[in-house]
Amino acid sequence: MDKLSTFLKEFRNPVDEIGTKERAAFLSGRSIKNESKIDFIKLAVSMIDLTTLEGKDTKGKVFSICQKAKYPLPDDDSIGSVAAVCVYPNMISDVAKFLDGTGIHIASVATAFPSGQYPLKLKIEDTIKAIESGADEIDMVISRGKFLEGDYNYVYNEIKTIKQVCEETSKKLSDKKNQKIEVHLKVILETGELETYDNVRMASFIGMMAGADFIKTSTGKVQPAATLPVTLIMLEAIRDFYNETGIMTGMKPAGGIRTTKDAISYLVMLNETLGINWMNNKMFRIGASSLLNDLLMQFKKQKSGYYQSSDYFTID
Amino acid sequence: MGKIIVKKNLPEIKYDASIEDSKHISLSKKYDLFINGKNLKTKKYFKTINPATEEMLSEVAYADNKDVNKAVTSAKNAFNKHWKKTKPSDRGKYLFRIARIIQEKAREFSVIESMNGGKPIRESKSIDIPLAISHFFYYAGWADKLNYIKTNSKPEPLGVAGQIIPWNFPLLMAAWKIAPALACGNTVVIKSAETTPLTLYKLAEIIQEAEIPDGVVNIISGDGKTGSYLVDNSEVNKIAFTGSTEVGKHIMKSTAGSGKKLTLELGGKAANIIFEDAPVDAAIEGIINGIYFNQGHVCCAGSRLLVQENIADLVIKKLKSRMNYLRVGNPLDKNTDIGAINSKNQLKRITELVKSGVSEGAEIFQPQCTLPAKGFWFKPTFFSNVSQAHRIANEEIFGPVLSILTFRTPKEAIEKANNTFYGLSAGIWTSKGSKVFEVLKQIKAGVVWANTFNKFNPASPFGGFKESGFGREGGVHGLLPYLKD
Repeated sequence: MDKLSTFLKEFRNPVDEIGTKERAAFLSGRSIKNESKIDFIKLAVSMIDLTTLEGKDTKGKVFSICQKAKYPLPDDDSIGSVAAVCVYPNMISDVAKFLDGTGIHIASVATAFPSGQYPLKLKIEDTIKAIESGADEIDMVISRGKFLEGDYNYVYNEIKTIKQVCEETSKKLSDKKNQKIEVHLKVILETGELETYDNVRMASFIGMMAGADFIKTSTGKVQPAATLPVTLIMLEAIRDFYNETGIMTGMKPAGGIRTTKDAISYLVMLNETLGINWMNNKMFRIGASSLLNDLLMQFKKQKSGYYQSSDYFTID
Repeated sequence: MGKIIVKKNLPEIKYDASIEDSKHISLSKKYDLFINGKNLKTKKYFKTINPATEEMLSEVAYADNKDVNKAVTSAKNAFNKHWKKTKPSDRGKYLFRIARIIQEKAREFSVIESMNGGKPIRESKSIDIPLAISHFFYYAGWADKLNYIKTNSKPEPLGVAGQIIPWNFPLLMAAWKIAPALACGNTVVIKSAETTPLTLYKLAEIIQEAEIPDGVVNIISGDGKTGSYLVDNSEVNKIAFTGSTEVGKHIMKSTAGSGKKLTLELGGKAANIIFEDAPVDAAIEGIINGIYFNQGHVCCAGSRLLVQENIADLVIKKLKSRMNYLRVGNPLDKNTDIGAINSKNQLKRITELVKSGVSEGAEIFQPQCTLPAKGFWFKPTFFSNVSQAHRIANEEIFGPVLSILTFRTPKEAIEKANNTFYGLSAGIWTSKGSKVFEVLKQIKAGVVWANTFNKFNPASPFGGFKESGFGREGGVHGLLPYLKD
C-alpha cells in the first residue's frame, strides 16, 4: 500500500475517548490466576527496562541497579534478568562496564531528555555520545512544542534524523570494534503533554513512519505518565501501521506502572490487541523501577501461598 | 547466585480458568408457586437445567389454569383489601427494601442467573443484577411523587397487572415490570420464562424477607399455556409482555375488547450504522457488544450492521481479527465473553437461520474456537455480502449472528435502517455531532444509541415502534402504563 492511501485511510480514523476508556477498563477486568499469573509475572520481569533517571544518580547507584537487573531474585533463578537498564547518558559507560557480557540491553535517554527543548545539533551530539559510551537503545523525546504548533514535519524529520544517527553511529562502531552493534530507537511521545487521544494516535504514526523501533508513552517526568487507555491507543496505532505496512513496531509504556496487577493489565491488553507476536521483550518493554519488587513479591506469594514483607526483597 | 538468564521468548500465554465460586448459593430441589405470600404446590413440576452443562438445577411448579386463577385472586384481594390503601411512601419503602436485599445478595443472584441462563458471569455481575437493583431504587423514589407526572389528574392504579417475562434477562425483566407496577399501587402476577425461572423464585424469598404484604407479588411458572391463562383471566386489568412478536400478536388479539391495558415489548432487528467518519476501533467494540452481548439473546441487539461501503473492507478486517479474541465457554469463568445458548430450541432456530444464510449465498465467518462437548453452544458468527433481501437480514435470529450490509450515503443508510418491520433500537457511529442528530431524527426506533450500544439506565424509557411493540418501560414513561389514563 502506498503512503497516500495509508495516510488517507488511517488519519481520518478518529478516536473515541469514552470507547477507549471503556475498552481499557474491560481488559483490565480479565482475571489472571494460578499458573498463568506466574507466566505473566515472569514475562513482565523479562520486559522491564529497569530505570533510574535522577539528578542524584551516581556510579554506586547504577552499580546497584545493574546488579538487581542481573539477579532480580538472587535465591531463585527461575526468574530471569530484566530486559534493559535505562539511565542518563553520563551513566552509560558505568552501566556498560557492569553489564558487560550479560546480554542485558543498555538504554540511554537522549535528545535533551526530558524536555527536548534544545537545538537539533545538540540532540544529535547527545545521541552519538550515548551510543559511543555503550548504549544500544536510545530513548529519545519528540518535540512536543513543535507538535502542538502543528509543525508535524519538524517532528517527523527530527525523529528521522536521530534514527539515521543511530544507524550511522552503530555502523561506525561495528566497523571499529569488528562486531555487529545494533541500536534501537524508542520514541517517547510524552502523552501527558499531548493530552488528547487523537494527538497520541497522530504522534504514534509520525514516530512509526519516521522509523521508530519502539514508541513509548512517557518520560516519567510528566503526569499523567503511562495509562491503560493511552497505551491502548498506541497499540492500536501499531496494529494499524503493521496491517498497512507489515512493519512491526515495539511498545513501551513507562511511568506509573507500580503493581503486578497494573503490569498484568498491560500484558492482557497487549495480548488482546497485538497478539502473541508482541508478547516478548523484543516487542514490548515496561519502563519501571518499583514495579520489579512487587512482581517478585507476587511471584513468591504465588509459589508459597504467603506474602513476605518487603524486607525479603532487595531495595536496589 | 546462578548464571544470568536472559529470557527472550516465553511460550504462548494462556489464561487459566478463573471460575466464580458457586458454593455459596442456595437452590432448592423443588420450587412451588409463590401465591399470597406462601408456597403453593401444584400437580405438575418441570425441570430447569444449566444450558452450559445440561445438568438439572431444580424442579419448578407448573401452573395450570386453576393455579393461575388462584394467583390472580390473591393479587385482586391484596389490591382491594390493603395495597390500594397503602401510603405511597410505604410502597416506596417496600421497593427500597427489595433493592437493598438484592444488593446484599447480588453475588448469589449473579451466579444463579449465569447457571440457569448460560450468560457470562461478567455480564450478570456487571449488568443484569446491578441494573435490576437500580430499577427498584429508581421506581421506589417515584412511588410518592406520582402527582407530578401529569398535571390536573390524580394518579390511580389499575388493579392487577399480569406480567410475562422472557428468558434472556430474567431478574432484570422482572425488575422492569414489578418495580413500576408496585410504585403505582398495582398488585402483580408475574410469570417467569420457561427455561429461566430460578432467580424469580429467589426474588420470592426476598419479597418475603422484605415483608411485602401477602398477595402483592405473586410468582408463577409454566409454559406458553400458563401465559395464556394469565392473559385470558378476566380479573386481570393489565398485561405487560416481553417476548416474541409472534406471541405478542396473539396476546393483542386475545386482549382486544377486554378493556385490559396492554404493553408489548417484542422483537427487533436493529440497524447498527457505521459511517465513514466513525471512530472505527470504538465502533468495532460497539459491534461486538451490540451482537454478541448475552449470546445475541437481546431484543435490541445490533443484529444488522450497516457499514458505509468505502470502509466496509477495513471494518470487516478489524472485526475478524477482534473476534479471534472472543472467549467462548464456561459461563462461570470470569474471562468468558460468550456463554451458552439458552436452550436446545433456541439453538435449533439459530442453526436453521444460519443455514438459510449460507444457502442464500451470504459469506459466513466464524473465528477459531473449540466449543464444550456438553451443553448448547454456537460460535460467534457474521455474514457479509448480505442484502435486504436475505432472510438473515430481516428475521430476528436472537443469537450470536450478525448480518453485514453496506450503504453508500447517509440517506441510503436511513432508508435501509428503516426498511424493517421492527423498530426497537438502532446505533449510529460517527465522529460528527451534527450527523448524529440529523440521522437520529429520521430513524424509526424506540432507542437510538450514538457511538455506543446496549446502554441501559432506569431513567431512560425503552420500547418499540412497529412490530417491536408499544408502551415504554423505564423512566416516567414506564409509569404511565400502570396508571389509569
